[in-house]
Amino acid sequence: MSFSKYISGIYTGLKSLVGGMMVTWKQFWSKKVTMEYPENRKTLVISDRWRSELIMPHDENNEHACTACGICMRNCPNGTINVISKKVVNEEGKSRVALDKHLWDYGMCTFCNICVISCPSNAIIFNNDFEGAVFDREKLHHQLNHPGSKLREKKKTVPAAPKTPVAPASEATEATRPTPSVVTAGTSTSPADNKTDNAPKTNPSGNLSNEHTDKENN
Amino acid sequence: MLLYSQPLELTKLVHSLDAFFRSSLSPFWATLVEGILIGIAILAAYALIALALIYIERKIAAFFQSRLGPNRLGKYGVIQSIADMIKILIKEIIHVNKIDKLLYYLAPFFVIVASVLSFGAIPFGQSLQAVDFNIGVFYVLAVSSIGVIGILLAGWSSNNKYSMIGAMRSGAQFISYELSAGFSLMTIVVLSGTMQFSELIEGQRYCWNLFNGHIPAFIAFVIFLISGHAETNRGPFDLPEAESELTAGYHTEYSGLRFGFFYLAEYLNMFIIAAIATTVFLGGWMPIQIKGWDAFNQVMWYIPSWIWFFGKAFVLMFLSLWVRWSFPRLRIDLLLNLEWKYLLPINLVNILVMVIIVLSGLTLADIFPAVFGK
Repeated sequence: MSFSKYISGIYTGLKSLVGGMMVTWKQFWSKKVTMEYPENRKTLVISDRWRSELIMPHDENNEHACTACGICMRNCPNGTINVISKKVVNEEGKSRVALDKHLWDYGMCTFCNICVISCPSNAIIFNNDFEGAVFDREKLHHQLNHPGSKLREKKKTVPAAPKTPVAPASEATEATRPTPSVVTAGTSTSPADNKTDNAPKTNPSGNLSNEHTDKENN
Repeated sequence: MLLYSQPLELTKLVHSLDAFFRSSLSPFWATLVEGILIGIAILAAYALIALALIYIERKIAAFFQSRLGPNRLGKYGVIQSIADMIKILIKEIIHVNKIDKLLYYLAPFFVIVASVLSFGAIPFGQSLQAVDFNIGVFYVLAVSSIGVIGILLAGWSSNNKYSMIGAMRSGAQFISYELSAGFSLMTIVVLSGTMQFSELIEGQRYCWNLFNGHIPAFIAFVIFLISGHAETNRGPFDLPEAESELTAGYHTEYSGLRFGFFYLAEYLNMFIIAAIATTVFLGGWMPIQIKGWDAFNQVMWYIPSWIWFFGKAFVLMFLSLWVRWSFPRLRIDLLLNLEWKYLLPINLVNILVMVIIVLSGLTLADIFPAVFGK
């Protein structure tokens, strides 16, 4: 190692050290990424794609879209969902299968989303109300259909008035109902159905009901 | 007059305490009582500074990593380190089989005693110095080297290969860098002509040694910071406890308060290095004084000397933390390369340059006696 190389080595070494320190100096004054969680509930942004709790959207008439077909139950990889059906007799005297209980175990769910994807009527979705901790394990067993709810009839005129959703905060509800591209496509391509439905486009559950009817019409 | 001009200075308190003991007790008992009081004060300061340092370090480390650091316990997490202290005090001390019992239990005390001994010689402010040795610089260098014995003993007596490797690395590193630290301090001793801390500080009243000795003093300052940093086993030089290779190095087998001693000593050594650098290079507790500007000097004296001291030391500690969170860890051969092939030769040339500068009257105080002269 020649003497000039020795000196230039010291110089380049010091230069790179100072350069490195400048980088960390900038980092020192940068905006901090820490989220102080319980305090920042108001401003907390949860991704729309965050899957937290399985819910079944009900409209203002306490009606849902679940036909109790059981596809979600059969597709569930670890048996988290249990769909219990019952036989009801309608006005025409026909006996039909209807939903009795849609049971879902929060504690067992892996949030894989297969049930939501496979549902032919788009009756269930994941919201992003992530604060799911409870003190009792029994509270993790959710019944998704509300008491006294029934299947939404086809071609039924739904009065406009968005129902207050199940999720806690209003911001959360916007994000709660992910509007898949299929839904928007369905609503935009068939405006006639929308008119007959009279469903408000702003209401996400209304969109879902549109989608439901669209599919059945097709 | 001093009382009114420097209201926050502790000089009057110390002197009145001294006068009280001297008047009410016989000389022997007065000295004994004062010695005990000073000992308690030093130990309390040691613990308090360590707690503050741990908090500061964690905050600064977090800020360098774009985090917020401790923020749960108290406002901005200020009492986090007190909670940690309580935790470490009540932790179980795990007894290890097949260790060299005597050395194993002795090792943490070597480390902490070396640290406290050098801590005791630091001048924290006007009349806030326990003993003003006439060989203060030499004393600090000597007692701070005792720590390495503790580290070597800890590694040896743990009967664990990782501890042993960590301790050997630490020994090699410490002994190497001790040379550089000593030589860079000697450079300044050549410049100021004294080893006594009080005289060193008095000599820097109008011009810090860092500026008085310009180029060689600056080189000595940088080398002292690097080697001091290496002696504290921190930052890029923390390979004695390289956790990816050696679990925790020499203190792997220690738990509870015994580990706490190593931990405490490490933090305090960082402070001690910063304090010595402050005293030797940056004028110690002496406020910034400019010759002829009497009003300005008086205003500067209103800020108590211990605030000056801790302020300057904090700047150096921040630098140390900045370095620690900037650079990756050195490999052992590169570490020894840096010392033996770079720092030591540069240091030897540097001390020669300093001698020439002092002898030929080229220090700033000699060139501009009206501005920087004593």
